[in-house]
Amino acid sequence: MELVPIILQLRRRKLGAFLVGLQVALTIAIVCNSLAIIHQRLEQIRRPSGLDEANTFTIWNEFVGPSADLAARIQGDVAALRSLPGVSDVSATNGFPLRGYGFRAALKLAPEQRQAAAYAAEYHVDQHVAGAWGLKLLAGRWFMPDEIRDDIGGDTDRSSATAVVSKSLAQALYPAGDALGKDIYLDSVNHTRIVGIVDRAQAPWAANGLKESEWPSEHSVFLPKHEIRRSLVYLVHTRIGQQDAMMSAAPKALFKLSRARIVDDVKSFAQTRAEIYHAARGLSVTLAILSILLLGVATCGIFGLTTFWVTQRRRQIGMRRALGARRSHILEYFHTENLLITGAGAMLGVALGLAANLWLATQWQLRPMAVGYLLIGAFLVLALSQAAVIWPALRAASISPASAMRDI
Amino acid sequence: MFGYYFSLGLRSLRRNAVLTILMIAAIAVGIGASMTTLTVFRAMSGDPIPQKSSRLFAVQIDNFGPGKGGTTSPDGLSDQIDYIDAMALMQGHVAKRQSALFLTRLSLRPPDAQQKPFKVLVRAAYANFFPMFDAPFKFGASWTAADDTARSAVVVLTSAMNDKLFGGANSVGKTIRLDNELYTVRGVLNDWHPTPQFYDLNVAPFGGSDEMYLPFSRAIDKHMAAVGHVSCKAVSPVGWEAFLQSDCVWLQFWVELPDTAAVDQYRLFLNNYAAEQQRTGRFNWPPHTQLRDVMSWLQYRHVVPSEVNILLLVSFGFLLVCLLNAMGLMLAKIMGRASDIGVRRALGASRREIFVQCLIETGVVGLAGGLFGLLLTALGLLAARALLTKEFVGLAHLDGVDVAVALIVGVLATVAAGLYPTWRAANVQPAWQLKTQ
Repeated sequence: MELVPIILQLRRRKLGAFLVGLQVALTIAIVCNSLAIIHQRLEQIRRPSGLDEANTFTIWNEFVGPSADLAARIQGDVAALRSLPGVSDVSATNGFPLRGYGFRAALKLAPEQRQAAAYAAEYHVDQHVAGAWGLKLLAGRWFMPDEIRDDIGGDTDRSSATAVVSKSLAQALYPAGDALGKDIYLDSVNHTRIVGIVDRAQAPWAANGLKESEWPSEHSVFLPKHEIRRSLVYLVHTRIGQQDAMMSAAPKALFKLSRARIVDDVKSFAQTRAEIYHAARGLSVTLAILSILLLGVATCGIFGLTTFWVTQRRRQIGMRRALGARRSHILEYFHTENLLITGAGAMLGVALGLAANLWLATQWQLRPMAVGYLLIGAFLVLALSQAAVIWPALRAASISPASAMRDI
Repeated sequence: MFGYYFSLGLRSLRRNAVLTILMIAAIAVGIGASMTTLTVFRAMSGDPIPQKSSRLFAVQIDNFGPGKGGTTSPDGLSDQIDYIDAMALMQGHVAKRQSALFLTRLSLRPPDAQQKPFKVLVRAAYANFFPMFDAPFKFGASWTAADDTARSAVVVLTSAMNDKLFGGANSVGKTIRLDNELYTVRGVLNDWHPTPQFYDLNVAPFGGSDEMYLPFSRAIDKHMAAVGHVSCKAVSPVGWEAFLQSDCVWLQFWVELPDTAAVDQYRLFLNNYAAEQQRTGRFNWPPHTQLRDVMSWLQYRHVVPSEVNILLLVSFGFLLVCLLNAMGLMLAKIMGRASDIGVRRALGASRREIFVQCLIETGVVGLAGGLFGLLLTALGLLAARALLTKEFVGLAHLDGVDVAVALIVGVLATVAAGLYPTWRAANVQPAWQLKTQ
């Protein structure tokens, strides 16, 4: 294939070629960045919370009326829930992963330390955490019934003798990997011994997109406490296939014990997850739609312009055919011409895409994108523009030499 | 002449129907995508209280010290203040109006014992909250400064809560039971939803959190815990009194300052206050305070989520591609008519006339693109409500301004994109064109 005549021809339609190239460049830049953002969001959405998500639901409960014997009322609630046939275990707690908000503890490695060594989500649980939460214990143990203390709201001191931490928190506190058996400090006096490490347990704010250094999404600390407050959460673990039935049975069981309460947000964990990631998923879908539309627009534009160019060059094509060019030569000509323009555009697009990505990374804490996306974006656009040329090129190839020459 | 050019333009658009449709579609899709995100963006970044936003200020005081604590802002200031500072500022009475506020959650027991109790989000504020933020009353009025001092058990209901509890009737003087205590209704607000809820962006900034209001002093008296953000420098204190005396930040603090002199005076007062704290040893760092009016506050708090910003950027890139596309097609179309233009020029049409004719043609394409784009925008907004946050429901809607912007952007952008092709057309050499025929 001779490139020189094509390039000479292109010089006569500089602006058109330039516009197509620029379009291709911008399309590649936008599409590959969108792909990178979509991938990153989906990755974030798919991170496991650590719970046995398929068989877990949560209930928010608040007692109204006199606050005497709260401990007994909570115990009664938990016993009632646990006696439901489809329930395997229940944990009364102060929060759960992906709830959106929760208690954050500032952990220190020495009592006199003024600044936190790490921040973590603080969960209050009793010995039933093992059965209800479905977390994977990597090392050490869960809590014994006798080490669980009452936590009655703001008026108890917050210390605890023991704690179980998530693996990522253990690593942040003790990078050498020997966190088990070591101490952390929740206040400036009492030490708390790490007695167990779980594989992962996400924080309530893991989906909120906050700064990881201050609101880490994978750092959690479990303290052995009976949560004795007016408002608390029952985290219910159900037997397989029983979740829906138990979600309607549980509030009834609670109201049967006492009507002086508010029961709200009875939600399967799947629902919690869907709600908290609603916007992130929406962004991904919107970006995907925009990317597809953009590819469509660019393809249509290339199609339109090439069709026009073919019409404009009818005579010239007829002449070439008359002088012995084969149909395949004409096809080849238009495809090569298109490849030259879009190829140049693609190179610009890759550069633009990279620059835009670097800028985005500084603006919205996005990770720099993998080079793969640039290649995928460029390849997609090149393939589509080649496809857009097929029909006009076929039309050009079908111009009969005689008819083209007759017009002269 | 205009009518003639218009009909010529239409005729030429008809002749090249495929190109015309592609052009209009490209512009419509571009306008649709960019206007959808622009409308959402405008709704989210709008001024929630336009008549007053430059006279209302959020107060910030650095009570954690440089480089300490869990603040996420780059300037090291918390977006809320602690109780000690809030009380000192309230007692200062330097601003025209001022109020510390916070959100709390209480249980409400309906008078009908058959009905289940439910939770309500209640804002604790001073009486000045209502006149300061221009909150309109439907029935009754705000509680008074005397109630603030007396810690009275009184409430102001939102109109939605009044509908729910009293079927929309005038409920002033009636009582409701909140956390087992009786509260007298003093007033009912009209529909009032400043969006975003600038004075507290922690809970439902776009949906609005408040369901009723009660005196701040009463809330403190009854140990009502804050819903939203409570951030402590190091260790959370034990017990309510210790919490109040701690450095934990959990209160919003707003002041109304009528003019620049008042603003300057208040800045000075704030700085002097912080300096006084340094002198007495409570702060061991130089004064670091800030006053921000509503719009700079919203910007500072990044109230528009990054999702919307990313989409805005992408969709305007999209519009650009669509316009480049239309420009290429326009060029093709106009240059395809070079011979026509040559004939017209030879028959005496001036360059100006050719230019105007082509301009009208592109204008028509732009207008059509803009109109179809509006249709797509309406569809896009429906989709955005489903795809993005539920809080957008009822928030983003097309108004006259959006329609005008869409049409103007459509026509102007298309005409701008068509300028070069048009200029090329006007410069067609009649002799040369005729010769090649």
